[in-house]
Formats: sequence, C-alpha cells, structure tokens
Amino acid sequence: MKRLPTSLTMLLVAALYLGAALLVNNAYHQLIFTLVLVWACFGLSWNMLSGYTGLVSFGHAAFFGLGAYAAVLGQVYLGLSPWVMLPLAGVIGAIAGVLVGLPTFRLRGHYFALAMLAYPLALLYVFEWLGLQEMTFPMQRENPGLYMQFADRHYYTVIGLVMLLVFVQITLYVERTRFGMALIAIKQNEAAAEAAGIDTLRWKLRAIALSGAIAGATGAFYAVVLLVVTPVSVFGMLVSAQALTVSMFGGVGSVWGPIIGAAILVPLGEILHAELGATYPGIQGVILGVAIIAVILMAPEGVFWKLRDGWHRRKAAAVASATAAIPAAAAGATIPAGPAGAAGQAHGQGAAPAEAPLGSAAANQPTPLPRSPSPAANDIILDVQSVSRSFGGLKAVQNVSFSVRRGMILGIIGPNGAGKTTLFNLLNGFLRPDTGKVIVNGVDMAGRKPHVLCAAGVGRTFQVMRPFMRLTVAQNVKVGAYVRASDEARAEALTAQAIARVGLSDCANKVAALLTTRELRLMELARAVAGQPELLLLDETLAGLGHGEVDDIVDAIRALSAEGITVVIIEHTMQTMVRLVDEFLVLDHGQVLTRGDPQAITQDPQVVQAYLGKKWSAQHAA
Amino acid sequence: MEMTGLQIQLEAFLQALTAGVLVGGLYGLMCVGLAMIFGIMRVINFAQGDFMMLGMYVTYYFFILLGAHWLAGGVLAPYVSVLLAVPVMYVVGYLTHRFLISRVTGRRGAALDGEGHYAQLVLTLGIALILQNGGMMVFGPQLVSLRTPLSSSAWEIGPLWGDYVSVFANKGRAVAALISVAAIVLLGALITRSRLGKALRASADNPVAASYMGIDVNRSYRIAFALGTAVTALAGGLLATNFPFHPFVGLEYVIIMYAGVVLGGIGSILGAFWGGMVIGLVQQLSALVLPMQLQNAAIFVFFLLIVMLRPQGLFGRVSERT
Repeated sequence: MKRLPTSLTMLLVAALYLGAALLVNNAYHQLIFTLVLVWACFGLSWNMLSGYTGLVSFGHAAFFGLGAYAAVLGQVYLGLSPWVMLPLAGVIGAIAGVLVGLPTFRLRGHYFALAMLAYPLALLYVFEWLGLQEMTFPMQRENPGLYMQFADRHYYTVIGLVMLLVFVQITLYVERTRFGMALIAIKQNEAAAEAAGIDTLRWKLRAIALSGAIAGATGAFYAVVLLVVTPVSVFGMLVSAQALTVSMFGGVGSVWGPIIGAAILVPLGEILHAELGATYPGIQGVILGVAIIAVILMAPEGVFWKLRDGWHRRKAAAVASATAAIPAAAAGATIPAGPAGAAGQAHGQGAAPAEAPLGSAAANQPTPLPRSPSPAANDIILDVQSVSRSFGGLKAVQNVSFSVRRGMILGIIGPNGAGKTTLFNLLNGFLRPDTGKVIVNGVDMAGRKPHVLCAAGVGRTFQVMRPFMRLTVAQNVKVGAYVRASDEARAEALTAQAIARVGLSDCANKVAALLTTRELRLMELARAVAGQPELLLLDETLAGLGHGEVDDIVDAIRALSAEGITVVIIEHTMQTMVRLVDEFLVLDHGQVLTRGDPQAITQDPQVVQAYLGKKWSAQHAA
Repeated sequence: MEMTGLQIQLEAFLQALTAGVLVGGLYGLMCVGLAMIFGIMRVINFAQGDFMMLGMYVTYYFFILLGAHWLAGGVLAPYVSVLLAVPVMYVVGYLTHRFLISRVTGRRGAALDGEGHYAQLVLTLGIALILQNGGMMVFGPQLVSLRTPLSSSAWEIGPLWGDYVSVFANKGRAVAALISVAAIVLLGALITRSRLGKALRASADNPVAASYMGIDVNRSYRIAFALGTAVTALAGGLLATNFPFHPFVGLEYVIIMYAGVVLGGIGSILGAFWGGMVIGLVQQLSALVLPMQLQNAAIFVFFLLIVMLRPQGLFGRVSERT
C-alpha cells in the first residue's frame, strides 16, 4: 500500500472540513469551526519552537497577544485593514520572538519554561496600564470586506483554513530540511548538536522567529474574528496553555498533532461551555485540565503518536517481520527517513578511495602496526599555550601548553580528576579558558563556540556518549555532515562516506537506541568524521567496551589516522593506548607532568607508579 | 513647622520598606513551600499558586464555620482557621502526589526520558486549570475576604524625626509575618534535626544513593510535596487575612514564588525565604517610582533579570556541566 504524501492528505482533509463548515449555518457552530483553525495554527506555532527543540514555552501568548493588539490598534489608530495587519502582525511576532529569544535562550529546561511565562504576564499588566482594557474593531459600513468584516461568517473559516495550510506547508518544509534536523538534534542533545557543528543559538532564533510570526498572525486573525481584544483574552495564561494543550494532546513534534488536538479539544470545550457554561462557569477550563491530565497519564506522547504506534504495531504483526517495528516513533522524530538511509546503503560513489574495508585484515593483527610518523614533523595543527581554567577555587586546568603535529595520534592520560575532559572542553569550545591560547591551524580559537571550532576542523566525541537516540545511524551522522555540506545531497554523500569509513554501513538504518555500545562508539566517531575534521578529539572512546570490541574501535581510529586525520585521545586503558598513540601527554592535577613516546612514558618510574600502579610496573619491569 | 520634602520622601520610603518587609515575610513563606517541591524534587508545579488559593478558601470556610466573633472578639478566629486548613492541605498535597504527580516523576519520570519533564509541566498545568476553573464553579467568581479587626489597624512607629516621619505597620500583616517566621524556624528544625528531615535531604541530594541507604525515596517525595503544599496553604491563609482573593488569585502569586525560589538559589529552603523577602521589597519599593498597575510587571521583569543574570540565585553556586 502506498501512503499519500502528507500535503495531499492535508488538502483532502481541508476540503472535507470546508465542506462541513459550509453546511453549518448556526452562527455559534460556525464560530467553532473557525476557532478550531485558530488554535490549530497557534498549536503549530508552539510546536515549531517547543515541539522540535524541546524548549517548553509557557509564554506563547506574548506573540499571540502582540499580534492581536497590532491588528486592533492598527485599524483604530492608523486605519489599516486587517488584510495589511495580518502579515504585519506576523512580522511583529517574529521580531518579538527574536527579542525574547536572544536573552532567554541562554536558559535551559525549567528555567526557560519559567522565564517564558513571565513575558506575557508582564505584557498583560503593561497593556492594562496603557488603558487598552477593551479594544473593539470599529465597524466598517462601506466596504466591510476590505476590513475583513464579513456578514457571512463562512469567510472567516476560509481565511483560517488558508492560514493553517500555509503554516502546515512551512512546518513540513522545516521538517524536511536541515532546519528541522538541527532542531531535533538540539532537542535530543544540545551539546552534541553544538559539537557536531550546529550553531544552536542561530537555529533556535530562527525557530522562535518563525514560531512568533505564526503566533502573531494567528493572534491578529483571532482578534478579527472575535472583534474585541482584552489583555486577559490574548495575553492570559489560558492562551499560552491552549497552545501547549492542543499540541501535547495531539502529539508534539508532528504537523498533525496540534491539528488533531485542536479538532478534538476546541469543540469539546466550546460545546460544554455553551451547554453548561451558564450553570457551571469554568467547565471549559476543567474539561481542558482533565483532558490534558488524562493524556499525560495514558498517552504522554499524544494522540497522533499513540495511534501511529498502534497502527505500526498492527502492521508489523500482520507482516510478521521483526524488523518492521521501529520503536522510534514515540518521540518527535518525523524525519524523512528514506533518502539518508538509502544513501547509507548505496554508499561508495562519493567515498574516498582510502576507505578500504577495515574489518578483517586489521582485526587479525592485535600487535601494533608499524606506523609511519607524520610526514611533516614541524607542521603544527594545534598549539595550546598556557591554558588555564578554574571553577571557583578549583584549578581544573593550570597553565597547560602542548602542541600537536599534523597526522599524529596523541594520547592524553592521567588519573581521574586530572582535568582531561575539562581540557577537551576548553579545546572544542564548551568552556572558555580563563587565560591562554588555543591555536588551530595558526588561528587563536580560545573561547569560540563549539560549532565554530567544528567548522574550523575540530571534531569531538564524548566520554558519556551523546547519540541522538531516536534518530537512525544515518540521521545521526548526517547531523554532523551539515557543517561541510551546502545541500542535502552533499550531506548524504558525506554521511554515507563517514559511515563506511568506520565500518557501520550495515546498520545505517538502525535507530540509535537499538545499537550496542561498540556501534554507538563507532557512530559517534562517524558523526565527528562526517564533518571532515582535520583534528579529532576522542574522549574515552574505548570506555565500557569488551576486548574484541576495543580492537574494532582502535582499527577504525588507526584507519582514520592513516587517512591523515590528526587524533588526540583521552583514555584509561593503557595497554591499548600503548599500541595506538605516537606520544603520550601526562596530566596531573590540571598540569602537564610530562610528555614523550609510549616507550619512555611507560618506563618513567614516576609516571608508572603514579598512574599505572606498582603492580603494572613490576610486571613490565623486565 | 511643616514637613520638609526630604522628610516626606523618607517617610514614603520607610513606609514602603516596612510594607515590603511584612509582605516579604509572607512571600518568603510561600516561596519556602515551593522550595520544598521545586527545590527538593525538581518538579515544576504550576498548580502551586492554585493550591495556595485552595488553602485560602479552606481557611475561609473554617472561618465561616467558626463564626466571625468566635474567641477574643474575632481576633484569633482567622488564625485558628489557618491552622485548621494546614493539615487539610497536607492531605490534599499528599493525595495529589500519590495519585498524579508520582506517575510522572521519580523512577517512572526517568523512564520517560526528556519527556518526563514535559509531563510534569503539563500535568501540573492541568491540575492548575482544574483548580482555577473548578474553584470558580464551586466558590464563585467574586472577591472574598477574611475580615479581622487587626487588618484594619496599625502600630505607629515614630515619630522618628522631630515630630514627623512616622511609619505604620499594619497589625494584620505584622502578625502574619511573625507567624511566617515562626513556621520557617519550625520547618528548618524539622529538616535539619529530625530523621524525616535527613531522609528528605538525602532524597533530594541523590535519590539513588538514598534508596541504597534504605530510604524510601518515593515516600520522601510524597511527604515533601505534602509539606510544601501545607506550607504554601499556610502562607495563603495568612495572605487571606490581609488581602481579598478569588479563584484565579494563584496566577498572581505563582511567578512571585518561582522568582523567590530562583533568587534564593534552587534547593535552598532558607534561600527561598530571603528570595521571597527580596521580591516583597521589590514589589513595595517599586510602587515609589512606578504606577500601581505596574507593580506586578516590575516583579516579572525583576524575575527575568534574575533568571538571566544569576540563574544560580543570589545565594547559590554555579553547577554547570557539559
């Protein structure tokens, strides 16, 4: 069975909806038809920011309210028609989005949610203070249509439907492109996204601008439909809650979610309000509350995902093929899975000739390969000069200087708490050094953001793995490829190449959550490699692996090195390191203790006793 | 001799300062209630303001039940009502956690991964909507107040400068502030001294380690939530003896609570009290320079500034990790 494309399905649903709306003549029911569209639009606005990035906003009423007031004030004071003000409200919403986002995106999680709550509430009081308690659109007796004042209220449904379809198209476009990929990567792991070369702040600002624009235009339309604007009706808590409720109820991170949510909850609330509102004022709010509690407890992922999962499961059972059941759907991952995955398997064409199969030949040779030292011994790719960083009184990294020659593998060792990971964080931009320089290819990059360093050719993996759990291997790696790719095709080529280089081609379409530790490590490696780094920082890449698994990773690293990538690796497992690295740098208490080739370091009695233990030194003394 | 301009300004300032300290004491208690929940369990409870509203109405109905002139000509009746409301709200909090909150927090919440945090936010938002709108259905939308003779009289402090510059401390608010301080001292003793308090702190600090030490972490959370609700209700009841209220009053206070908790540094109970105190002062002192309607806007702006500039709070430490 072939699936209809989402936009075509959407058009069909829209046509049916319009047909139903045209059949209804009762003014109140007509209004409900329009309000469903308003809240679906607003839900899509919320979904654009919070659904895809995972940053929960409780303040979307700020954009909605500004749009609503823009429409009414524009007509009252400037005589501007809503036809003009609707797009203008979108612009205002976008600007407000950027202004709100710039300071607020410094916050995460709970703090972000709380801070967002404050904006509409502050605006509410400001608008009350300005004396704009109740603003009404002046009636236009001549040419009411020019001012969006229709006697036949079906027109409002039509306008709302057109707006919704436009917003749906925008959402689908975002989902399809690197825009959506960046947002989903941010949602799943912001630090990893940043290290993979995604300018997280820029994408988040784009998302909030788009989201604010949709909210602003929707707010303006809402004001036109209701003809009256009060601060509470557009800036109130209930407005922000409405956006979140319809999206959560329907399913976050999907274009269908907010629409389903609005289509169910809005008529339910309105009808209850109409039937029982006189005897039980507030019944609408209570039902809304009960509905969202029920959804959270029974289907926290929302109606859309619940149904889709159920459908998938039934289909999977029918086909009886175990591979068909993809448990990824639970979250917001409606990424076009097709092309990237296909490219992952059809790799080859774009890949470099150097990507010889790493598997068999190398794996059978546990003994160190004779590695040729780098060709240009004086070509320094990374020069770290007197870098220091303290946390309060703790001097995590003190006055560390070292340089890395192009093409070498440098191992950094030291006991727990020696400052190894902090040093990496300083090198790839997660932390800003208090003093010192980090010179990459002759340019001081100290304190630059991770995505800038990634673009400059510094890739990294993490001690605690940071995969995007709900994306496939190919999608994970593709996130890392975007930094070097101008278009989707190029990104896919780089992805396929990187996956092949680490030897993961056979699980390119597996969801990251299903991978073994070994595969995850290789995938992280591929994600870093996809950005075509000159320098790879590997943070305990071998941790948590069994013996044979270690060899696979070591082989992959060695192959990358042979292709000319410079590697700096932090590790605990000494024995493996000895046969992997060209030189060791020993850190202790945040300072460089010594540096030298593996032979010298393993025989340095001071190092041996302090870091490898007396037993090891006794065994290897001979 | 006439009052000089300086004296007038000084008096206005001192008056606002006094009002700020008295209101701040109450806000401090409110924030401590939230800190028990947000600080210890890291649960964003949007319904906290609405639980406070519920506490106000419970107090109000006890007050009606007792009769306005019961005991000492009605001076004590409001406070007795408040004290009766506290255990009721403890039970409400306990049951809310037991049947709703616990299903999206703790172990089960962890299983929901990143969405666990969504779930908490939305669940408590749902509870807030039910309490607000249900409150309107049950209690009606009109303003209610708990009349006590104390709230319409004041102690005069001064004159402080010659014959002028007197400061008036509203008796109702002063008594409320004193009760707040007493409650916080008691709560502080409970948390630092008692076995239960140690279990709560251990569960907050490291739930996994605490459970290895034989502490029933889920029970700790339940009790923390119930205590937090009860403390907030106490603050609400005391607030109700001074200010009129309505079913949607919670929204006005919930930001104040979060502002205070964040200001005090998340996780610190005492910090939350001082945070609430600062918010009270900001609110009252802002009235000197801003129009009345913008008092609350000033709090929101102040809150935003704190969150942006010092998310670790005035008394907290940085604990950012990559």
